[in-house]
Amino acid sequence: MNCLSDYSEISKKTVDKTDVRKLTIALAGNANVGKSVIFNQLTGSNQIIGNWPGKTVDRAQGNLSFENYNISIIDLPGIYSFSTFSLEEIVSREYVAKEKPDVVINVLDASVLERNLFFTLQLIEMEAPLVLCLNQIDVANKKGMIINKEILERALGVPVVFTIATRGEGLYELIKSAINVAISKPKSKKIKYHADLEIRIQELVNMIGTKKFDFKYPPRWIAIKLLEADKEIIKLVSSKSPKIVEASYILSQKLSIKYDEPCFSIVASERYARASMITSSVITQKEVKRSLSEKLDWVTTHKVFGYLIAIGVIAGLLLWTFIVGDFLSGLISDALSFIGPVDPDASGSIIGIIWNGIFGGFVAGLTLVIPFVIPFYFLLAMIEDSGILTRVAFMMDSAMHKIGLHGKALIPLILGYGCSIPAIHSCKIMESRRERLLAAFLITFAPCAARTLVIIGLVGAFIGINWALLLYGINLILIFILGRIAMKVVPGESTGLIMEMHSFKVPSLSVVGKQTWARTKSIIYMVFPVYIIGSALIQVLYALDILTPISNVMYPITVLWLGLPVATGILLILGVVRKEFILVGAVALFGTTNLIEVFTPVQLITLAMVAMLYIPCISTIVILIREFGWKAATTISLANVITAIIVGGLTYRILTLIF
Amino acid sequence: MTKSIEDYLKAVYELTLDGKAATTTEISKALNISPASVTEMLKKLSERKYLEYSPYHGTTLTKKGSKIAEKMARKHRLLERFLYDILKIDKIKVHEQACEMEHSLSDDAEESLCRFLKYPDSCPDDGKIIPPCDLKIDSCADCISLHNKGLEEVGKNKQNLVSINKLKDGQNGKISFIRGGHKVLQRLLDLGLTPGTKITVTRIAPLNGPIVVSVRSSKLAIGKGIASKVFVELEN
Repeated sequence: MNCLSDYSEISKKTVDKTDVRKLTIALAGNANVGKSVIFNQLTGSNQIIGNWPGKTVDRAQGNLSFENYNISIIDLPGIYSFSTFSLEEIVSREYVAKEKPDVVINVLDASVLERNLFFTLQLIEMEAPLVLCLNQIDVANKKGMIINKEILERALGVPVVFTIATRGEGLYELIKSAINVAISKPKSKKIKYHADLEIRIQELVNMIGTKKFDFKYPPRWIAIKLLEADKEIIKLVSSKSPKIVEASYILSQKLSIKYDEPCFSIVASERYARASMITSSVITQKEVKRSLSEKLDWVTTHKVFGYLIAIGVIAGLLLWTFIVGDFLSGLISDALSFIGPVDPDASGSIIGIIWNGIFGGFVAGLTLVIPFVIPFYFLLAMIEDSGILTRVAFMMDSAMHKIGLHGKALIPLILGYGCSIPAIHSCKIMESRRERLLAAFLITFAPCAARTLVIIGLVGAFIGINWALLLYGINLILIFILGRIAMKVVPGESTGLIMEMHSFKVPSLSVVGKQTWARTKSIIYMVFPVYIIGSALIQVLYALDILTPISNVMYPITVLWLGLPVATGILLILGVVRKEFILVGAVALFGTTNLIEVFTPVQLITLAMVAMLYIPCISTIVILIREFGWKAATTISLANVITAIIVGGLTYRILTLIF
Repeated sequence: MTKSIEDYLKAVYELTLDGKAATTTEISKALNISPASVTEMLKKLSERKYLEYSPYHGTTLTKKGSKIAEKMARKHRLLERFLYDILKIDKIKVHEQACEMEHSLSDDAEESLCRFLKYPDSCPDDGKIIPPCDLKIDSCADCISLHNKGLEEVGKNKQNLVSINKLKDGQNGKISFIRGGHKVLQRLLDLGLTPGTKITVTRIAPLNGPIVVSVRSSKLAIGKGIASKVFVELEN
């Protein structure tokens, strides 16, 4: 069966309206096994991406019409286990236990079967109605692994389907199989563990079973979690029967002493022992030559080439953004030129002024997001999905440790070069609040697309691209220094890096597209409203001439300390709403596009430096408040302002000596 | 081996745990001895190949020195546990007392103490990790069963356990045990690093960076700090 016929068959089937049956299928599995590809293939554009209620975990839901079924598909977060150490894990286990989807499709990376089965065993403990989807079966074959489907099905008592999701292969069979499970509701097979452990599980199951508690979770799973000393479950059970918790404590102590390991470690070892046994009985390993993926792995983590590639990737990403962004923004500006330049308009009726502001904000958002942000996030998602970014994070780990973060924090930081909003949003991948806070703090200093516009518009255009690049360099050094300081100031310890290094793969366009859109969308939802309202407000303030007195008050800082014209006070206020307004505002305010006529070179560089560092834009402050609260947001904003004033003043004084 | 040599080695050991060389000032502060005397002693110890000393790059332990120091640290921390857990001596006082006692504790007594205390893994006052014993055993459980056969048998199995940050590229080992908080431990277990599992180090990032470990046909990047808590037995 080829892939095309497979996929079209799913969508082609017409739904018989008279007998439509509803089903819910959840996709569960480790991170990076192709779950999202399967989800995209099945649901197409028919998706709703939101949050789990009350949690900051993304929730993806989509619909599929298949024969006479209307299937709702939930893509659960990629996790390795059902412990309570991350929100993703809690959300997933609560969903599987409490919402009881008709079928759970467990997606596995066929080439890392043993590790993936560890999670499968936990789904079996949960007594979830399961179908196993062994994805990337082609990769496993390339690695010389031949997997025996029948033995695997018998060992687990669960239907198994092989798929190559990127090509749509096996998806038809997967859904068929899922529907079969939903209809027949086969009784799940119990995977028994080592006798020492099994006896104790049984003992607890009996205790739980005799009393009629409504725990929602199956008794066997509760018993295992009690032995693992899972905090949530202990809380749940002790609210109904402290005796069971006491009993579990004694049982786990006994095991713990016998094996000289904490009980949760014994349980994990036992699951892996089963996973390992099953894996070795179903896989026949053949000798294969070193694959391209392994060669790439070798070169990207090499002590010399690895760094070169890491730096090349980051530099290439930024360069691509400038080149493509410059080209596209040229096109868009030309297309919009009939509207005229966006400038603060002080004349006309109040409605006209507000409308001018609203429209200006909309255009500004458009000319920023489309040319700069989308291309940046598109390439970044390609790098991410291919597996290169993981290697870059690996190589940069020791450098990141110098600023109290580990390699994974590189991803939000790089995102910050596009826009702070999705960057701060993505700090979720960090393990502790301290690290999320440190990363977010540094992101507010990273020159985002809007700030890049200002740097290029003020410095690159009138003084030279070298000076613009120098500002970038100084920014990098500043981020490093500020990171060192923040690391010392913010209490707590740095956690270490634990990260899976996935095999390299050709990025899937559907996943890359979705990722790009998800990040862009968060900008559109957050930034556009602020842009539009902010612009209108500023326009009104400008028309009523309220900004001039404020900028006069700022005289000591702007003129005396920074050596800038007094009117830049207005620009800096405008810039709080939209950083690139500093550039557009300057053109409008001084009535010339040739800014070098009204500013000295020193002033241009100083202004760009201040614009790059001072106070995050309103949208960033809003997301900082949302993620970290008022206190942190205020502290970070103040730190930005102070840094900008100090560095700006120094820049002015040093440059006066040079020019 | 004098008490003062042991103190020096132990101080250097603790100061170089982060992988950086110890400076003379740091050592002088830790031992409360003047920098001039410290420098003199460091030169002597370096002649006797316990450590490598350079006035500019600082001091690091040699293999010989680090073995003694690790042993001392182990004895010290076990004693702290004993003084605190069993004798109920005040937390503030246990350190000083242990400093005195560690020099006179024999290896046999150390091993018995470990068994008596039920194989603790960190000391009471600052939570520092107790280095593993140098007996060739898979787990502390084996220690119990072996011990029933008599002490000599345990002694015959002497062998070094190594943390995986000390492995070379391509070297493999079998996981003996992992130290660390519940969260980190659970993460590592979930990713397949359970005791008894064979692992191979496939990449070591330069500049004290993370390592890549191949385990159960997947690859994991692990930071140096966490790697130093995963102990393996070397395959022969």
